[in-house]
Amino acid sequence: MYDLIVIGAGPAGLSAALTACEKGLKKILVIERDKEMGGILNQCIHNGFGLHLFKEELTGPEFAGRFIEKIKETDVEIMLDTMVMDLDENKNVYILNTRGYQKIAAKAIILAMGCRERTRGAIATPGDRGSGVYTAGAAQRYMNMNGYSVGSKVVILGSGDIGLIMARRMTLEGAKVLACVEINSYSSGLRRNIKQCLEDFDIPLYYSHTITDIKCTNNRVSKVIISRVDEKYNVIEGSEIEIPCDTVLLSIGLIPENELSKAAGIIIDERTKGPVVFENMETSVEGIFCCGNVVQVHDLADNVALEAKKAALAACKYVSEESSFERIIEVKANKPISYTVPQKIHLPIEEKLIDVSFRTNRVLGNCVIKVADSGGNVISRYKREYVIPGELEKIKVPVSLIRNEQNNITIFIEED
Amino acid sequence: MYDVIIIGAGIVGCSTAYWLSQYEMSIAVLETHNDVANGTTKANTGCMHAGYDPQPGSLMAKYNVEGSAMGKQLCEKLAVPYENCGSLVVAHTKEDMKTIEELYQRGKQNGVKELYLLDEKQTRELQPRLSGNVKGSLYAKTGAIVDPWQFAIALAEVAVENGVALKLNNEVKAITKKEGIFTITTNKDKYQCRYIINAAGVYSDVVHEMIGEKEFTIIPVRGQYFLLDKNEGEKVQLMLFQSPSQKGKGVAVCPTVHGNMIVGPDAETVESEDLATTAEALKYIKEQSKLTMDCINYRDNIRNFAGIRARSDRGDFIIEESKSVKNFYNLAGIASPGLTAGCAIGYHVIDWLNTKENFVKKQNYQETRRKIRFKELSFAEKNELIAKNPAYGRIVCRCEHVTEGEILDCFSSPIPPQSIDAVKRRTNAGMGRCQSGFCGERVAMILKEKLNIEFNEILLDKEGSKILMNKAKEGDY
Repeated sequence: MYDLIVIGAGPAGLSAALTACEKGLKKILVIERDKEMGGILNQCIHNGFGLHLFKEELTGPEFAGRFIEKIKETDVEIMLDTMVMDLDENKNVYILNTRGYQKIAAKAIILAMGCRERTRGAIATPGDRGSGVYTAGAAQRYMNMNGYSVGSKVVILGSGDIGLIMARRMTLEGAKVLACVEINSYSSGLRRNIKQCLEDFDIPLYYSHTITDIKCTNNRVSKVIISRVDEKYNVIEGSEIEIPCDTVLLSIGLIPENELSKAAGIIIDERTKGPVVFENMETSVEGIFCCGNVVQVHDLADNVALEAKKAALAACKYVSEESSFERIIEVKANKPISYTVPQKIHLPIEEKLIDVSFRTNRVLGNCVIKVADSGGNVISRYKREYVIPGELEKIKVPVSLIRNEQNNITIFIEED
Repeated sequence: MYDVIIIGAGIVGCSTAYWLSQYEMSIAVLETHNDVANGTTKANTGCMHAGYDPQPGSLMAKYNVEGSAMGKQLCEKLAVPYENCGSLVVAHTKEDMKTIEELYQRGKQNGVKELYLLDEKQTRELQPRLSGNVKGSLYAKTGAIVDPWQFAIALAEVAVENGVALKLNNEVKAITKKEGIFTITTNKDKYQCRYIINAAGVYSDVVHEMIGEKEFTIIPVRGQYFLLDKNEGEKVQLMLFQSPSQKGKGVAVCPTVHGNMIVGPDAETVESEDLATTAEALKYIKEQSKLTMDCINYRDNIRNFAGIRARSDRGDFIIEESKSVKNFYNLAGIASPGLTAGCAIGYHVIDWLNTKENFVKKQNYQETRRKIRFKELSFAEKNELIAKNPAYGRIVCRCEHVTEGEILDCFSSPIPPQSIDAVKRRTNAGMGRCQSGFCGERVAMILKEKLNIEFNEILLDKEGSKILMNKAKEGDY
């Protein structure tokens, strides 16, 4: 019996395992389906990682390397090339690797499986079905792990960060990126990536546009039709622009990978597609915690690693102590806030501050984020110059202000 | 020189090859594409219809009912995923009720067994999730679902094991006949034979007219689909059809043998083999499906595709010797229920050949196929297999839990895959919710190694569908 099993050795899993180890937890196992640790960071050879955590600018593999080197010095057991096939609410983990199929168990589990990319099917883009359409991350893997480029004349659908990064990467590799097409009137990527990956390379970004048809010649993409959409995403007829190209990269969102969580009976939040979590990253199943992109899609690996620490501390506590909370309150979100993490809070707790993160579904200028108690009284305020959907927003709520709350708190935003 | 050449390796051609390969004769199959089952056979609902739909007395009725009866045992023999889930035609109005009663009578006439007319309560017991206002339904217990490409691949694989020569990438360009011997010229080669079986699907009229007179016309009818995640698959217990009306046949909402939900098809006459999906048709299907089930979450769609049905101008299957060319047998116009009928159509080709001369059964022939599907094995069987070959302990496709061992297996099968999608059709790798986002690259690298090809020769599916174009500047990694 392990004290802790961590599923996934990306930034979330590695940071969680390291923290648990530092806290003195003894029997820790990290299970990774790939042949090496690092997760998606291994293919993210661009820089921009580590600015918050290490106060220096690292590439993805370097960032992962910081954790990998450290974890190798510990007694944490790492199982590579191993797939978790199933998980149950009793914390039994069914694993498959070249040594066999077996059932193992742990006192606590941390889910750190990350996320996957949304595909063409998810948005039902019509047209031909030849080759040349890839999710941005898949193209990135071909490029950075295998050393091959997927195409030479590229249109990118969606302005998610991976798509933006790939726009720059493909350009540097000699491809012509003809357009980045975003259905919303705002980007879903980081502002710094819009600047550094598109603007610096004169790649046009078409807001309020989408691909309405993909045409193939000899079973490979030969052109796309892009069209303008209105506020309700209806295609505006007559706005079609034809762009000859051989490649379409999709950067249309990420979905937390929670098939194992569902198998264990964990309650999933339909908004985040991740588990409903408490302030300590515990899921609805006691002793199963989660962190990173399996919970909600983060912008920065640094924040993933920080969230993982929180989950690890809670898991350590769960293994060694009886829980002492008395009640649970809900965290509610009012539009334009799409969701919050956590969705629930244990009370009372020792911590002084609770991190609440969320995204909005539209761009807001000068505004105030407010927290109200169940009586409707505003108990704290946070000023922001802007809040945009592409960047995860965070506030710290003082526990002292909600100590006596019995039901819920509500997070909302008011524009100035 | 072959005794028989079959043109086309869809379900009909493969089934014909399978059954004929049990006889003493030399056979070749010519296929345009780089894999079998790469046309109509790979893009349909995957239904084995019970047989209440075709007009009594038609060839469709005959072969549908016979194929439906054959399906289960044949799929068992060939290790093809098959599930006898049954089907419902759901009635929402008084007229619908009349229609399903007619279908019931028609089914009886066609010899369909286990047909029942159900009231609302009985209907909902079988299929709890249905849109409101259900009046009743026609329940066909013998209706089943099947993995359509596995079906054709399995038939073809056994045929090849029995000595059939499968010539992929051979598009028929011309046919001549001299002194009773046909010469078929393809883009690659010339082949000679004494009998031709025309199973060229959408192109069967074109192929026939390469040597014969115009006896029929194929009208390509495109049908589009949504394939949804397994989350949605759980909502549908059996095949759900809408009551046909003057407005059309409606769209079906069905489970697949893989656990997904499939919704479609519409029916649109097209000029050529245009397999594009269109915004209008997808919108129509979405709307139309609400009549059957209003709780389908289309955000969980994982793929859209279109298939072409080869409808003949006679409105029925064409299963006959050409009137203008002796020893040329047409299996044409095999539109729906062609997947169901396919195995029976192939079964009876020998009847025609034996009116010409006497072909006898071989002493020894293969009838069955084995296939390892790791995830279907028991705990102990899994470990046994991994002990023998550790590649079964390595998952390549995360969504569908397909092992490296299963993928390597298909390279030593009688018809090794030539593309990423060919691996998908054989193993399910890439069929899942991430649509090969993760495993596509792994499968591509296995293909590169196993086929000993360059990176820029790796194909997604059909000829020309290259997935990689250039080396990165840094060179080989």
